[in-house]
Amino acid sequence: MSNILEVREVSKRFGGLTAVNKVSFNVKQGEILSVIGPNGAGKSTLFKLISSFLPTSSGEVWFKGERINNLAPHVVARKGVVRTFQETTIFRSMTVRENIIVAHHLRSRASLLGFFLGSRLAAEDEASFAASADGIVDFLGLGAIRNELASNLPQGHLRALGMAIGLATQPAVLLLDEPFAGMNHDETMQMVRLVKRLRDERGVTVLLVEHDMPAVMKISDRIVVINFGEKIAEGTPSEIQNNAKVIEAYLGSEDAAIGM
Amino acid sequence: MMSKKTIASLAAFALAVYAVVPLAIAASGRLDFYYTLTSVALLSIASAGVWLTFYIGRINIGQGAYALMGGYASALLVTQLGLGFWWTLPLAGAFCALVAVLIGLPILRLRGVYFAMVTLVLTEVTRLTALALPFTNGAKGITSIPLPGALTILGITVIPDFSTLENPKLAFYFMAVTMMMLAYALVWRIVNSRLGHLCRSLQQNEELASSIGVNTAYLRVLAYAISSFMGGIAGASFVAISQSLYPSSFQVADSVNFMLNCFLGGLGYVFGPMLGTLLLYFGWDLLFATGRFQLLIYSSLMIVLMLVLPNGVLSLLERKGARA
Repeated sequence: MSNILEVREVSKRFGGLTAVNKVSFNVKQGEILSVIGPNGAGKSTLFKLISSFLPTSSGEVWFKGERINNLAPHVVARKGVVRTFQETTIFRSMTVRENIIVAHHLRSRASLLGFFLGSRLAAEDEASFAASADGIVDFLGLGAIRNELASNLPQGHLRALGMAIGLATQPAVLLLDEPFAGMNHDETMQMVRLVKRLRDERGVTVLLVEHDMPAVMKISDRIVVINFGEKIAEGTPSEIQNNAKVIEAYLGSEDAAIGM
Repeated sequence: MMSKKTIASLAAFALAVYAVVPLAIAASGRLDFYYTLTSVALLSIASAGVWLTFYIGRINIGQGAYALMGGYASALLVTQLGLGFWWTLPLAGAFCALVAVLIGLPILRLRGVYFAMVTLVLTEVTRLTALALPFTNGAKGITSIPLPGALTILGITVIPDFSTLENPKLAFYFMAVTMMMLAYALVWRIVNSRLGHLCRSLQQNEELASSIGVNTAYLRVLAYAISSFMGGIAGASFVAISQSLYPSSFQVADSVNFMLNCFLGGLGYVFGPMLGTLLLYFGWDLLFATGRFQLLIYSSLMIVLMLVLPNGVLSLLERKGARA
């Protein structure tokens, strides 16, 4: 399998503090790769660097042979690398369906002026967005709440909606920001199945940042572990479970015992 | 697409402003109402612009600046270059839109109260600039501006020379309400097209909007330019009516009023600023009789209204609808 995303010696410094230090890894087409690490390891910063929500201090991120770091976030999204956010980042005063429809923006063939004037292409776009949105609603099992106002949704649905918004852009790579945060065991397992279906049925390559160990072990093809901003290990879940450096990094925090 | 109900209400509105109001004014003999309603119509155009900036999530207290700029652009083109008013009207709007792009690119990165403060300062800066520039004639302003001349396209007189008219007040009234209807049709269409949906996405979460590929900077500048275009043509029209313009013609208080019009009518409704302007303008006039208590009563009423109806007067309709 070829590399779809390449992270090359990426660093981020905030003043004197180095949050991410020369991290490199590759994401292969069609895999689910997780970046894990203890709290404050630099996961979130790395996530923002890859999605271009933060500029890198040095190093590069490449997607399908194009450099994509330090671009405007919407340009990166246009190329096919799309991120999701943690729970409350949705369009609050739109319904679930409206949220998903508006997220089809990248697939518009008509121009904004065309939409303003109501051109035929624009009408076709709107019809195809609506159809595709209904497909995503069904795929994620949001049918019962499709016309609910997003601000009224419980947390679990919000997370699914966030994913629906990401899916609507038809990404090649979907970056998931802590998809299991704040979820109980059942919800986590549901989400694990969902992310796998995303890859299996929609062909999306998934890169996720997470600290819920059991879920990561279940879901990932490969895992990258970072600590204090540096990569300390990379490998399959079973390799990571038995890696001495990783065990050491997690020692002292009981709830992070690996491989449950 | 427009529903039958929309077309019917549009027709009723057009009938009211083009026929019922002029007939009522003629019957009552209160010709001064022409000026009042013309002002309301023009101010509501500027307010519609402010409303559009609210729609992308920015509090705009700087529309007075663009009204002033549009006024000067039109007045200078008419008096210095001898251009016909009707040609200066779109030019004044375009000039304001251009300035809005240049100013907007840096300042639209700011959010919330920071953007609001900068726009507030913008109004004052524009006034001071008008005072200082060599060709704006300082505090003496520009006076004796001729009334709008005839607009002739391909030999056909589309609009007659206002100075030859028996009742230019009526002509100004028709001009203002026509412009108002066009302006609100424009905003209505924006809001109900994908452009408006994207503006809403911006208003609700800019980071998420950029994550789905929306060019947020471009969209913000576009909305701000359209907003300022409206401020510009409103200002230019005012100048044509009053035939004079001073740096103090549009001040911070006007900018604040444009914003209040939006709040009062309702930020969630395209026609909110129109109703807000009408209520605010007439409310202020009606309170004139209370003399030195005018401002006190007026501001107290505004506070009460905002507490009771935080979503604007038009939200009353929705409450009624919800109960029915």
